[in-house]
Amino acid sequence: MSATLTDLGIALGRVGFVMLFVLNMGGLLTWVERKQSAVMQDRIGANRASIFGLRLFGLFHPLADALKMLTKEDFVPARADRALFNLAPLVSVVFALVAFAAIPFGDVLRIGGREIPLQAVTLNAGILYVFAMLSLGVYGVMMAGWASANNYALLGGQRAAALMISAEVAIGASIMGVAMVYGSLDMMEIVRGQGGPLLQQYFGDWIPKWGVLTQPLAFILFLTAGIASTKRIPFDFPEGESEIIGYFVEYSGMKFGMFMMADFVETVVIAGMTTALFLGGWQVPYLMADGLHFPWGVAVPLGHVTVVVLQVLAFCLKVAVMCWFLMLIRWTLPRFRYDQAMRLGWLGLFPLSILNVAITGLVLLAGRTP
Amino acid sequence: MSGVVFFLVAILAVASALGLVLRRNPIHGALFLVVNLGCVAVMYLLLGAEFLALAQVIIYAGAIMVLFVFAIMVLIPGKEETGPDPLRLQRLLALPLGALLLVEIALILQSSVFTAAPHPGVQPGYAAGAGGIQSVGRLLLRDYLLPFEVTSVLLLAALVGVLALAKRKAG
Repeated sequence: MSATLTDLGIALGRVGFVMLFVLNMGGLLTWVERKQSAVMQDRIGANRASIFGLRLFGLFHPLADALKMLTKEDFVPARADRALFNLAPLVSVVFALVAFAAIPFGDVLRIGGREIPLQAVTLNAGILYVFAMLSLGVYGVMMAGWASANNYALLGGQRAAALMISAEVAIGASIMGVAMVYGSLDMMEIVRGQGGPLLQQYFGDWIPKWGVLTQPLAFILFLTAGIASTKRIPFDFPEGESEIIGYFVEYSGMKFGMFMMADFVETVVIAGMTTALFLGGWQVPYLMADGLHFPWGVAVPLGHVTVVVLQVLAFCLKVAVMCWFLMLIRWTLPRFRYDQAMRLGWLGLFPLSILNVAITGLVLLAGRTP
Repeated sequence: MSGVVFFLVAILAVASALGLVLRRNPIHGALFLVVNLGCVAVMYLLLGAEFLALAQVIIYAGAIMVLFVFAIMVLIPGKEETGPDPLRLQRLLALPLGALLLVEIALILQSSVFTAAPHPGVQPGYAAGAGGIQSVGRLLLRDYLLPFEVTSVLLLAALVGVLALAKRKAG
């Protein structure tokens, strides 16, 4: 009885960690977005929200935002399709939130005779799961555009759907190369495969076999398509908060907030996926299961729990760095026009991803020892 | 546990199928079909066929139905009622023909075709990796390679054909 309770607790802990990580990162990103843009544009940025005079660099602004959105009037247009109108933000945010579940945040933790894989769900086709959940997010924006009974919202929803479809095709095709190199669709296996040395006969143990080195083209294509699928600048023509009228024009209060949150959570998911597929996931360079083994001959033995904690911290750090990088792009590039983004997706990213798959296949075939 | 999930999903699947048939609004119908396809994916998952379940979600729910909903959104405006029923005769025939199909299915299920095969739930070997990516890949790309490739050529031909027809109409 207590064994099953412990198992239940472990399962809840795994899911809870991922859920809290994604939600908090998403909330924190609203603050990062403001502060980072302020630094980049030589401003001070949001710093007024205070609790008892305590400002903490504006860290209370996400809380203030949430309070504001929750207390605003929840407006539903008279001719709107009420059920779909209310369901749309939920669909958007739920599929973005559950997508992170298959991304591993650490290696297998061994405690008290138990083996706990540090990811919310273990799936042998984990990449496909994340991909499937991201592709279902399209329904949220389409439902929002249609249910609002507003032609501008409908057009915005169609722009969003077109963008997300073309981005997902490129994401799926660029993932293929990674799956081919590491020989698995299980994200845990892919991360584990990135721990080995790259081209050992030339570089020795110096360079880890991270995806960004084995699949550089796929890395660029995936990142571009990933940014497009989050519908943020430079691909924000579906929404364009300040001047274009987007699919959520009729939404107010927390329902609008949920669409915004879905975008931020998707940013975290794309950062997590990039980390797991291209930046070695939870791998720390030169850190093996029993401690650090530097290629210059020094070895530092470490306990199992220390190693796992280091790995989880490394994963969190990498995701945070990727989020920072995505923000950097968001505040650097101007917006693409609709036709430019479509041309980039279908005539640029997609054929290049297929080319990447073909090249990867040829290289793998040539390098195979018969 | 999985029995409870199965019955919940089965009820949802039947309900969404009814919703698809009974709703007048085409968008609602299409979204009910998405829910239905999702339920089928969960059933694959209950049988241990992870890859099939995810392929079902990605291809049917994530790609084909998105295009359906997209097309309906573009072509059919809002809540307009359709005109007089153009399919009156078919609608009248639907009920007896449907009943006939139901009887046929019942007869087939009663016959010896299914009595020989053991119950899938009993066999432990059935669920273990039967729908996993390795076994599906081995079947498609080794055992049935020629039919698989011929099908892909057929799909490509259909795609090119549709493009050619659409282009001619416009020009």
